[in-house]
Amino acid sequence: MTERYDAIVIGAGHNGLVCAGLLAKGGKKVLVLEAAESVGGAARTRTFAEGYSVSSCAHLLYQLQPEVVRDLGVKFELASRSVSTVALDTDGKHIHLSGGNAEGVSNADRDSLRDFHRRMTRFADLLQTYLNKPPPRLANGGARDLATLARLGLDLRRLGRTEMREFLRLIGMNIFDEVEERFESPLLRGALSLDAVLGTHLGPRSPNTILTYLYRLCGNHGAMSTPAGGMGAVSNALAQAARDRGAVIQTGRPVRRVIVENGRAAGVETEDGESFASWTIVSNADPKTTIMSLVGARHVETGFVRRVNHIRMRGNAAKLHLALDGLPAIAGLEKKHFGNRLLIAPDPNYIERAFNPAKYGKYSPAPVLEITFPSFRDPSLAPTGKHVLSAVVQYAPYRLKAGWDDAARDTFLNTTIDTIAAYAPDLRERIAAAEILTPADIEREFRITGGHWHHGELTLDQFMFVRPVVGFAQYGMPLEGLWLCGAGAHPGGGVSGACGRNAARMILANEKAA
Amino acid sequence: MSTEKTPVAVEQGRRRSPFHSRLSALDRLNTWHAWKGYTSTDALYDADLEYFAIRNSTGVFDLTPMTKYRIRGADSLDYVDRLVTRDMRKIKAGRVAYAVWCNDQGQVIDDGTLFHLRDGEYRLCSQERHLAWLTAAAIGLDVQITEETHDIAALAVQGPTSYSVMKNMGFPGIEDLKPFGLTHFDFDGSELMISRTGFTGDLGYELWIENAKAEALWDALFEAGKLHGIRAIGTDALDLARIEAGFLTAGVDFLPADGIVRSGRSRSPFELGLDWLVDFKKPNFNGRRALAEERRRGSNWRLVKLDIEGNKPAHHSYVYRQSRGRRKQVGFITSAAWSPVCKQNVALGTVAMPHGAVGEELLVEIYYQREMHWSRVMAKAVVVEKPFWNPLRRRATPPAVF
Repeated sequence: MTERYDAIVIGAGHNGLVCAGLLAKGGKKVLVLEAAESVGGAARTRTFAEGYSVSSCAHLLYQLQPEVVRDLGVKFELASRSVSTVALDTDGKHIHLSGGNAEGVSNADRDSLRDFHRRMTRFADLLQTYLNKPPPRLANGGARDLATLARLGLDLRRLGRTEMREFLRLIGMNIFDEVEERFESPLLRGALSLDAVLGTHLGPRSPNTILTYLYRLCGNHGAMSTPAGGMGAVSNALAQAARDRGAVIQTGRPVRRVIVENGRAAGVETEDGESFASWTIVSNADPKTTIMSLVGARHVETGFVRRVNHIRMRGNAAKLHLALDGLPAIAGLEKKHFGNRLLIAPDPNYIERAFNPAKYGKYSPAPVLEITFPSFRDPSLAPTGKHVLSAVVQYAPYRLKAGWDDAARDTFLNTTIDTIAAYAPDLRERIAAAEILTPADIEREFRITGGHWHHGELTLDQFMFVRPVVGFAQYGMPLEGLWLCGAGAHPGGGVSGACGRNAARMILANEKAA
Repeated sequence: MSTEKTPVAVEQGRRRSPFHSRLSALDRLNTWHAWKGYTSTDALYDADLEYFAIRNSTGVFDLTPMTKYRIRGADSLDYVDRLVTRDMRKIKAGRVAYAVWCNDQGQVIDDGTLFHLRDGEYRLCSQERHLAWLTAAAIGLDVQITEETHDIAALAVQGPTSYSVMKNMGFPGIEDLKPFGLTHFDFDGSELMISRTGFTGDLGYELWIENAKAEALWDALFEAGKLHGIRAIGTDALDLARIEAGFLTAGVDFLPADGIVRSGRSRSPFELGLDWLVDFKKPNFNGRRALAEERRRGSNWRLVKLDIEGNKPAHHSYVYRQSRGRRKQVGFITSAAWSPVCKQNVALGTVAMPHGAVGEELLVEIYYQREMHWSRVMAKAVVVEKPFWNPLRRRATPPAVF
């Protein structure tokens, strides 16, 4: 006889773990099935060379929602509490950014940044409130939906006439125009633009890159930290919190399909042929994987399938990991700054030019990078005296025209190393091991369609009320008993836990209503 | 990969059906219209006489312009079963199903006939084009959808003597073909599909063959029917016959949901009186969730068949409900005709719920013109349940010989 659970969560990504933990906290008997050998999904620490480990996808923590930490009582140690940003300059005239403060820029820029940051964090605070609740239904909504909508309107109005107008002006706009207008330092413009496009298939001139910038600030106003032991430590803490509340987590158990009986989800079957029964199946997988592979298009309706099939989710960010026998030398950079985040994004046009080839299926010959040396603050990640470099590299389109074979990956790896070497000339001789994960690798390894961070591009047409698709933003899918709790649902990607928390609350509320 | 585009010759202007040479040879009125890109005839010599051919002998209608798709592949049954609202598992090979298909909101995209040609192979025949929707419905299933509108010539052979004409054609076993059955014959080395279907509510057949054999088929048919009053007919005659039979025309009695701009202008199957086509025993089909919700909540509209007093067709009329001296507009007429065979003034219309229950008496406002001057009558109209014209011969197997 197959074992029955109150809820089965497919995938132990951080959102799946948050959801499982909260369902268990709500008194449910919960089973989590994870395909990989360890929990965490894209928030995992992995060893990529002997003695060297690194956060395999997400490498900076800036969005974890306080509500999630509070509700689950998760505890983990931070290796670094305040990671600031250094925008690298080839001539060594780097600028340093921390929240709204900038060093190495003109006084005018410093004042502008302070104003800009104040406004942006205010908008982000507004947005953040709505990231932590299910988006209201626009049609056929209930009293609660109307209340949320009314509240949204009121909150916007309460910004004041000028700020509301600014919010509405900016929300659909591109970051390029805004930074061009406000700042004179190309480095500063570049650094701000980079934050708006990281992890997306967007360039600084793409519409709604202000929104993606705001999204990044929705946490701790963009303040970054690194967990001790890498991002996997956060996932392990979430897993522990779930286990403490009675959830069962099985790793190395890929789910083959969701069992559909009489038009409703009734359980799951694993690749090794075992079945588990439950009337509540929660998928932490991306919407495409969930609907097209796990459930099967035939069990849902055509219009819905068409929409899911059209979700834009082709990743464009690669992840670079280098094992180094020592820190490289970067002109003009003090040693203490290796604990911070180093950016190679000299100006917005550089980023846009890096994006151009990606539109046509080619990777950037001069990519944009977000570089960290996690071992600098957390020696456990590398052998004594040695270091790891972890970098997000843009742009590397998922659908490379020539295909992502080993040769293409090697060439891109070299291009990327050369790009860093322009700032750190001795980098090459320090490399003991190197790997680059292209979106194609990320798709394979983390089972994310298109290898996209957010399980779906973070654009206005795939945001809030219409994420993952119109009509199904409240986590319940159009198959009874099937729910979505991953980044493909509202609000989106990033190690925030908001998707998992919102989903769990909807599932529990739905049960209460029934 | 070469990106060079190869120029493709595109047929321009209006298409001519493979039967055009035969139709134009019989044409006396020269009244043509465009139907789905084809030249089609309103009437060839006299619409009334053509209509009486349907009811008294045999009328032949060229339905080549009807949209036709071939559905093949391992998942074809699952595909059609999810596409339409009725249970396609009950439609075995050699059977035909009248069906409607809906979008996810449970609104009718179109109605049509699904021919289960042979195991795992179907033809979908409808008024409107649907390739985009059918292709979307194929995502994730092993089926191939082929547009074959322009490759298959089709004739409707309808009327009381049509069976005798078929017999004269020499199709063995045609006597056993039941309504909504289909069978294949060899015709001049090509496969001829004959289905006992039609749009007239009468005894009749539809013949489907490749274009190259269209003229030969026509000639053989008219040769076989010459002593049975066979006549070619146009759209006017067919339209009268279909109103008598209570059949709906997309774009007239309802609008395909994918072409709707204003919300509330599309219809669910329930609102078209097609409840019998919706099978909730099926675990999933397009529109199921919305239709189940509509069942709980109630529908907004009802399609009604009206028997109207007098003899003036109620074209485009408003429908009223009168109670306690107050008159309230509750709907409108979509198709109307004086039925020569029923001697009834009949109409199809749409009324707002809860009006239009069978037996309810409504009023229809009919405007008519006599020597330029307009007049108006408020005619009583009774909602009827059954089609106005539904003769026993439509179902008799074997049909009567003449």
